[in-house]
Amino acid sequence: MRVLAAMSGGVDSAVAAARAVDAGHEVVGVHLALSAKPGTLRTGSRGCCTVEDSHDARRAADILGIPFYVWDFAERFTEEVVETFVGEYAAGRTPNPCVTCNEKIKFEALLDKAMALDFDAVATGHYARLSIVDGEPQLRRSVDEGKDQSYVLASLTPEQLRHSLFPIGDSWKSDVRAEADERGLAVANKPDSHDICFIPDGDTKKFLESRLGESPGELVDADTGAVLGRHTGVHGFTVGQRKGLGIEAPAPDGRPRYVLSLEPVSGTVKVGSERDLGVRGIEADRPVWPGAPLAGLTECVVQVRAHGGLAPAVVSADGDRVTIDLREPLRGVAPGQVAVLYRPDAVAGDLVLGSAKIAATR
Amino acid sequence: MTYLDHAATTPMLPEAVAAMTEALSTVGNASSLHSSGRRARRVVEESREVVAAAMGARPSEVIFTAGGTESDNLAVKGIFWARKRQDHARRRVLASAVEHHAVLDAVEWLADHAGAEVTWLEVDGQGRVLPDALRAAIDEAPDEIALVTVMWANNEVGTINPVPALAQMCAEYGIPLHTDAVQAVGAVGIDFAASGASALTLTGHKVGGPYGVGALLLGRDTPCVPLLHGGGQEREVRSGTLDVPSIHAFATAVRVTEAARETHVVTVAKLRDELVDAVLAEVPDAVLNGVPVGDPGRLPGNAHFTFPGCAGDSLLMLLDARGIECSTGSACTAGVAQPSHVLLAMGADPVSARGSLRFSLGHDSTSADVQALASQIGGVVARARQAGLAGMRKHVGKTPVPVADPPGADVRLSAEVASGGTEV
Repeated sequence: MRVLAAMSGGVDSAVAAARAVDAGHEVVGVHLALSAKPGTLRTGSRGCCTVEDSHDARRAADILGIPFYVWDFAERFTEEVVETFVGEYAAGRTPNPCVTCNEKIKFEALLDKAMALDFDAVATGHYARLSIVDGEPQLRRSVDEGKDQSYVLASLTPEQLRHSLFPIGDSWKSDVRAEADERGLAVANKPDSHDICFIPDGDTKKFLESRLGESPGELVDADTGAVLGRHTGVHGFTVGQRKGLGIEAPAPDGRPRYVLSLEPVSGTVKVGSERDLGVRGIEADRPVWPGAPLAGLTECVVQVRAHGGLAPAVVSADGDRVTIDLREPLRGVAPGQVAVLYRPDAVAGDLVLGSAKIAATR
Repeated sequence: MTYLDHAATTPMLPEAVAAMTEALSTVGNASSLHSSGRRARRVVEESREVVAAAMGARPSEVIFTAGGTESDNLAVKGIFWARKRQDHARRRVLASAVEHHAVLDAVEWLADHAGAEVTWLEVDGQGRVLPDALRAAIDEAPDEIALVTVMWANNEVGTINPVPALAQMCAEYGIPLHTDAVQAVGAVGIDFAASGASALTLTGHKVGGPYGVGALLLGRDTPCVPLLHGGGQEREVRSGTLDVPSIHAFATAVRVTEAARETHVVTVAKLRDELVDAVLAEVPDAVLNGVPVGDPGRLPGNAHFTFPGCAGDSLLMLLDARGIECSTGSACTAGVAQPSHVLLAMGADPVSARGSLRFSLGHDSTSADVQALASQIGGVVARARQAGLAGMRKHVGKTPVPVADPPGADVRLSAEVASGGTEV
């Protein structure tokens, strides 16, 4: 196959590209330039879009002996990922930009361009296992559950998955690093990237304020309706958040308060006790099914954010609507995040049954 | 492999390799007073005379540097500082809008850090600075101008500027003109003295010499403050131990190239015309940028096209995969080709500026190179057009966009789609 290896400059995508070469594919490496004004050097472990990262990716490609190019997706990234991120926060939702980036950039814009340029697949360094069974893609959790990224890939369509390769999904991170070292890839000891790549200082609140300005509102006690304080914008809050609420008076019961819901139109942030944070049911929409849509009631495990947030559930799907009844309450379920449905499988890895965007909770 | 990127760098001439190899095995610092030093000094001074003779300059006007970028920086900054020191009113720099980044960024640095005011000289649709435009810019305030800098020949589109005419005009006002002649040496007859220019940049690796060595021809009465301070070499304008092997090889390459120039220009222009004909036959809607072929105002080895509906990076990758090496000709930021400031200055829109490629021929180019390109360019452009459209498709796996046939049919659509904000 002709394979386009997306190379971020990190260890995972370098080893993924190396394995694609070993598998006998004709591999070309591409680094995506996503920032219109890239920094020259990495700062700490954040970000993945500096000139230094591009250089690291190029060095890895040199060592693998594959052609390497930098493709400019900055405009598209700004439009599809950054603007969506800002817009979602402004609407009181909590987006996952990595999901959007996979959906719109890596496995849409990049994959489309790759296919048009006669490639058969795009390979990335994601930790997830992918196989094609009876013509249908099966996406499963990585062997290394601590690193598993099936959550951020679950929104890919079957067609996108059919043209994807995740060569390191069946490996532990520590083994990937050791392999990079054995292969002489200088990125073997590069720190993992964290946080949101387009907010290099990690201060999401400040970033959103610079984009959205201030839109003051009230912090309201969900039970009593009492105004507990004021804030500078709903975009500074996420459902389930405890720290940084800026409420001076302690709760009557002395327990910590949490954000329960955001109302962007009125600017109201409702807060309450941990007890009220538990969600029993989720309404989700825009489902993506790797195979046939779920029929009837399906027992599964639902995951509501990239790390943690798991609960057994019963799910039913009706066209664009997905109803999720949780067997045990989940905390911190934020509209805008993705709910991914898994069928547990301790041997082959939990299988992704489908995913949908969280619209409302109850 | 088909190498069509001689304007980026051209293979070293065998004579230059021999000269360099010979000099590498001898010891001697050209500033030393003993016999090894004197031997090294003699090689340097002979090289200086060779370069001076080939360029119509006096030997004392040849300042050896580490290449084109250094020569450009030395001329632009050094002359600016010296002229401004003489008269504080002189803080304006006139520079053509199509300069190489070595000049462009040096000028912008002066504006940001040294109080320079910049007038960018507009170019016409073929990329040429017009004498009238220069006259008008000078006339606004002749006493405030530190220097004028206009390249002899453009590295992207190959357009040759009327440098002697521009330099004479500057001379009327006593204003020094610097010209970046990196692309012109070996392609255009250059007589530094007769041109009236005060400073001229040339470099080794564009004329069959080594990388990392070049020269600034600097008129004896042109003031210039050094960038590098130290041992006082090179008229105290450029300190640093002289790189004897590189200078020897560089001078050899200049001599050989200049001796062969008249025949080379005819041969390479003929080959270039074949290349242009072949590309236009395969891709009828391709647009040749710059001066028409056959006009002496175009570098003989340069062919620069816009391929409507294509992204330059796609074209580059597809040709590379087929063993054909060329360039977009414009600068990269982190490996990303930026829309060419040269094409933008010539009036192109950013989308078509990104869909451009430069093919440049040199001393070892053959008809086989042109044939190799001719056999691939049609398919590559068709494929790149498909990719140019692909960014706008919402889902993969749909029916592929048919390749335009004839290519002209979809061009308008491609261009419009591309301008809608894709990765083009």
